[in-house]
Amino acid sequence: MNTSKELLKIKNLHTSFRIKDEYFAAIEDINLTLNENEVLAIVGESGCGKSTLATSIVGLHPEGNTKVEGEITYGDRNLTKLKEDQLNKIRGNDIGFIFQDPLAALNPLMRIGDQIAETLKYHTKLSEKERTKRVLELLDQVGINMPERVARQYPHQLSGGMRQRVVIAIAIACKPKIMIADEPTTALDVTIQAQILDLLSDLQEETNAGIILITHDLGVVAEVADRVAVMYAGQIIELAPVEELFGNPKHPYTRSLLNSIPQIDSENDRLEVIHGMVPTLTKMPRTGCRFGPRVPWIDESKHETNPQLHEVGQDHLVRCTCWKDFHFEHEEGGLNHELHAN
Amino acid sequence: MSFMQIKDLNVHYPIRGGFFNTVVDHVYAVDGVTMEFEKGKTYGLVGESGSGKSTTGKAIIGLEKITSGSVIYEGEDVTNKRRNRNSSFNRDIQMIFQDSTSAMNPRKRIQDVLAEPIRNFMNLSPKEEKKRMIELLEIVGMSEEALLKYPHEFSGGQKQRLGIARAVACNPKMIIADEPVSALDLSVQAQVLNFMKDIQTEFGLSYLFISHDLGVVRHMCDHISIMYKGRFVEQGTQKDIYTNPQHVYTNRLLSAIPKIEPTTRAQRKEERRAVEIAYRADAEKYYDQDGKVYPLKDFSPTHKVAMMTSERGEN
Repeated sequence: MNTSKELLKIKNLHTSFRIKDEYFAAIEDINLTLNENEVLAIVGESGCGKSTLATSIVGLHPEGNTKVEGEITYGDRNLTKLKEDQLNKIRGNDIGFIFQDPLAALNPLMRIGDQIAETLKYHTKLSEKERTKRVLELLDQVGINMPERVARQYPHQLSGGMRQRVVIAIAIACKPKIMIADEPTTALDVTIQAQILDLLSDLQEETNAGIILITHDLGVVAEVADRVAVMYAGQIIELAPVEELFGNPKHPYTRSLLNSIPQIDSENDRLEVIHGMVPTLTKMPRTGCRFGPRVPWIDESKHETNPQLHEVGQDHLVRCTCWKDFHFEHEEGGLNHELHAN
Repeated sequence: MSFMQIKDLNVHYPIRGGFFNTVVDHVYAVDGVTMEFEKGKTYGLVGESGSGKSTTGKAIIGLEKITSGSVIYEGEDVTNKRRNRNSSFNRDIQMIFQDSTSAMNPRKRIQDVLAEPIRNFMNLSPKEEKKRMIELLEIVGMSEEALLKYPHEFSGGQKQRLGIARAVACNPKMIIADEPVSALDLSVQAQVLNFMKDIQTEFGLSYLFISHDLGVVRHMCDHISIMYKGRFVEQGTQKDIYTNPQHVYTNRLLSAIPKIEPTTRAQRKEERRAVEIAYRADAEKYYDQDGKVYPLKDFSPTHKVAMMTSERGEN
């Protein structure tokens, strides 16, 4: 993996939102690289900042209420310093974006074909005829039967899976080097989800693009990712290659999450529960291990005062030192307090 | 044994069109569904979106008109009195909705939200009513303070638990849970599922658990029915469905579930492709000319599959 080309480098990224004249960091201290031909998955529960990270990369936050600090290097440019019209040249052309809700991402009053052609018109010098040809090619590429017919239809005439295919077609129209997919399959059925994930990996084989996949579904991660970053409360708490993460998870949060999945092959009657809740943005503790309050049976001295990412294996980073002494509550023979979690 | 049966349930929606806006066709949302419910068991209803699983749930409880078929509750045909104010069916069958936010009136405090079924069905004095509500909150692991709060002050998991508290308020016999954890995060989902199991053992409840998530269904359910286009393609115990699936559609659903094993994923992708090809190739074995599912046939005493029988294939 070290031989492949580095596409995107994120360094010390902080994104803060203004709430009542005060700025609160939604994501902090993010350091990531994305390589060519790689799927980098970003996992976490709602409110952990994974979508904020994605939208920060392409600068989709309104300037007045957001502060983006740090560097996002693409080629020789720092994306955080670019102006809106310079960013527009990159969005859609170098970086494609796939949104969660395809119905909201598509214009309800525009035919499918025109929506795909719009991107081509903005970024390429193709003639109208060539554009039409390319649109049909793209629809075919994302596995839509009868592209001629679909190109003339409106979004409401298509099923959810078809719409998501159209959104992917728009995202790959200019053969971007980077694709950011924000929960691309969350709104879809499992069978359609499998099809869309297979489609994404097939497309990647053709284009060698780097994909940032944002999801809360660990199953999806295990299915497509090469490397995984687990986020909690705005920070990356574990970063590892996918086999390593699932085979040898270290951080208490990662382990608790994996433990709370109802496994198809296990007969275990009770699911593990993580105590407490993710703190809201305004009440986020800014020092100490952020996961600490949710594992109260772990002694406070085990946490670092200012948790940093430590390398614990090849390409495997874990924040804080508490993982060394972590054990699940029941392993000590403690009582089950699950019902009184809140 | 079973305390409730639904027999040949049909829900058809008319499609109007043409010159006089006459009925030109029907949408067969639920097309001949038969189920039996026993005490203390969980019944899973699985299918993709649009398969009619939610409509089935709503039709049973009476939120959807039944075109034909019957609902029999404790030996009595209640098909036409499902929503009768004083019927025991109306009290004993309750529902939990997917979106707990829109299932509660945002302008009512939790005490009024919870009190509604109590006021409707139980003749309690205000004091007893309050006592019952505190009891309910205790069951779902919340404190008395919650009573004076509004729904928006709670997190998604808490709201879903309040929805469950409301459903169990009048000691129901059965709860229809329509995708109760689909909108929740993993850790919260685990909380709600554990809790649903707890109250089941405590009160001997039955669940009709409607979901598209086969992992969750496996964890929760004793009996599972797989639905496609308004009909059941396969019905059996949890073991039948997961270890010995017969219908190609069930296979396809099972193969599409992501597994937490990154090492075998290439192999799974191959399997998925193979199943998809089989699904296309063998279509006529499993679906008739109109693309409909065949009637269910007994495969083993507990396991039913909708397949063309070999005798018929020879004709």
